[in-house]
Amino acid sequence: MSSNYISGAEIVIRCLHEEKVKFVFGYPGGAVLNIYDAVFQQNKFKHILVRHEQAAVHAADAYARSTGKVGVALVTSGPGATNAVTGIATAYMDSIPIVIISGQVPTYAIGQDAFQECDTVGITRPCVKHNFLVKDIKDIASTIKKAFYVASSGRPGPVLVDIPKDITAEKYEFNYPKSVHLRSYNPIIKGHSGQIKKALSLLLSAKRPMIYSGGGVVLGNASSQLTKFVRTIGSPITSTLMGLGGFPASDKQFLGMLGMHGTYEANMAMQECDVLLAVGARFDDRVIGNPEHFLSKPKTIVHIDIDPSSISKRVKINIPIVGDVISVLNDLNDLLSKEKIKQNISLKNWFKEIEQWRSMNCLSFKNDKQLIKPQFVIQTLHKVTKGDAFVTSDVGQHQMWAAQYYPFDKPRRWINSGGLGTMGVGLPYAMGTQLAHPDAKVACVTGEASIQMCIQELSTCKQFHLPIKIINLNNRYMGMVRQWQEFFYGNRYAESYMEALPDFVKLAESYGHVGMKIEKPSDVEPALKEAFSNKLKERLVFMDFITDQKENVFPMIPNGKGLSEMIIAEDL
Amino acid sequence: MRHIISLLMENESGALSRVSGLFSARGYNIESLTVAPTEDPTLSRMTIVTSGSDEIIEQIIKQLNKLIDVVKVLDLNDGRFIERELMIVKVKANAQYRDEMKRMCDIFRGRIIDVSDSSFTIEITGSSSKLDAYIESIDKAAILETVRTGASGIGRGDRILKV
Repeated sequence: MSSNYISGAEIVIRCLHEEKVKFVFGYPGGAVLNIYDAVFQQNKFKHILVRHEQAAVHAADAYARSTGKVGVALVTSGPGATNAVTGIATAYMDSIPIVIISGQVPTYAIGQDAFQECDTVGITRPCVKHNFLVKDIKDIASTIKKAFYVASSGRPGPVLVDIPKDITAEKYEFNYPKSVHLRSYNPIIKGHSGQIKKALSLLLSAKRPMIYSGGGVVLGNASSQLTKFVRTIGSPITSTLMGLGGFPASDKQFLGMLGMHGTYEANMAMQECDVLLAVGARFDDRVIGNPEHFLSKPKTIVHIDIDPSSISKRVKINIPIVGDVISVLNDLNDLLSKEKIKQNISLKNWFKEIEQWRSMNCLSFKNDKQLIKPQFVIQTLHKVTKGDAFVTSDVGQHQMWAAQYYPFDKPRRWINSGGLGTMGVGLPYAMGTQLAHPDAKVACVTGEASIQMCIQELSTCKQFHLPIKIINLNNRYMGMVRQWQEFFYGNRYAESYMEALPDFVKLAESYGHVGMKIEKPSDVEPALKEAFSNKLKERLVFMDFITDQKENVFPMIPNGKGLSEMIIAEDL
Repeated sequence: MRHIISLLMENESGALSRVSGLFSARGYNIESLTVAPTEDPTLSRMTIVTSGSDEIIEQIIKQLNKLIDVVKVLDLNDGRFIERELMIVKVKANAQYRDEMKRMCDIFRGRIIDVSDSSFTIEITGSSSKLDAYIESIDKAAILETVRTGASGIGRGDRILKV
């Protein structure tokens, strides 16, 4: 055996070094003991020990969302892999580039119902971009190279590499491929120039142009290109939940988020426009609840997306442009620089109409002297952090309020589970984000129901000194479930009341953190100021805000209804 | 409408389940699916018979193309093509049926490949609808067993699906 032979486990580690991985989020177990022994003997990346594998994948996912780099998780076979599935599916739905390395029972035991065996590749197949079972030590390096390439190119997504234990013990030479080519996988980057020209002339001649931007702009690092384009053509723009921050929210042209809980002006403009440019967005059911109603107002739709299957999936597209959003937007900007933009009079009229919709002030709410309004907490968070925090959220009412009342001016600042809607992501998302940005302010906006789904990670936060600020909007209800039950199920609050809640202050303290309970509106700002003060700079602060129990998220488009069929808050 | 989709994919374990999993996960129909390695052993060729509106077929093609293991996809219905399926059918061939079964076999250009005193085993190839027509034409009570391969298809003339 040649002297430069190393173990399969060491090969795995060397691959991660080659990929310049900074953090691996994981949890050890039998099938990955060899790999963990190699982790122990290196210091090029830091291993973050979570308390449940789901959190490992969520944290790796948030690392990717907040940096644009591939996140890495390492879990063991059987339950380690099945626990990771929720995290993988969450990343898949939002197209997040992560690589998950899972241990597997030894090759000779596969199929024997061995201890901690499960068909990981089979179980994860529907929720990964791709996965691999490595059966030969010779293939470890090339497979991991492919995994990173597939995860981060084209429409990104999670890739899982399943490695049987015996292979990690064998020895072989390490040879990391410099490049990778897959004959079956060639994402289209450059958009069709004819289509791009057609799209631009349509937009420039439109009377009521509208831009609809999605998560693809954030994932594709195209926000400055988008901003330049939109400011030059002067049209209004809206964003999906996943696209927030892709265009500065403080800009006059920005109409706010659209969709089920979008603003009145964004949804109306989306419905009433004559030419729509969709960029890296997918017309999903929370945006276009009723495609037929949406098209009942005739419009020409241009759609830029790197994934051809996103085009004409729910809404028929007139001008499809398949390509990387950044490349297509660059082409559009180049073409635009050659055009003479004349003062567009119809655009003025269009904005007049929009200003009327905007004047409804659909997000206004009445503050109360006694009860803390959840919207007020988010507004105050925005004020205290000067709009410059990374905000992670869980799933439910608090998520929508965070999206509505914390305007994001920069991409990759808003970290949440849009597609799968996974309760429990908030805290692990904050962990991955804080590790990636150690000096940044990271706020986790959550609710008393969601936070309990990954509460064990408070222990991880203690171990790695993560000074996350948790904003728990505690209304003693699964708020969004309760809201639907109020609107659509005759106020029958089936199982949506959170009984036997823990004392969150004591809970936080028992994990070694700072806990605060805030019960009066007048205490909201002082509490947030203290939490983000220098005094508590190094500490995780759990703020338990006791909020108005019956507050609802408005506007709301009932499931399956059209964009202009919004329910608006009663007191407006 | 019925479509025949041909695809070339990496001949790797799990590739088949990626395709069948896609169909079940997205609720697409599969009428039949056949797969075997090609003359290049690293590639498998699969023929899927499915049905759906134009929009659904378009999505199926796009989703298939999206699978990392899939090298090329062709909707044979986009041009001229030939379709063949093989059926092996065991029919009663006792005194009552013997002559009729021989005659029907000849009419459908089948071949009797096994004979016993009470049965014929017949192979018939043709388009799936021809095989359906054969089944329709003979007395149901005479059918003992059928096995069909599912359709395979290939483009006519210069239409070639190759890497």
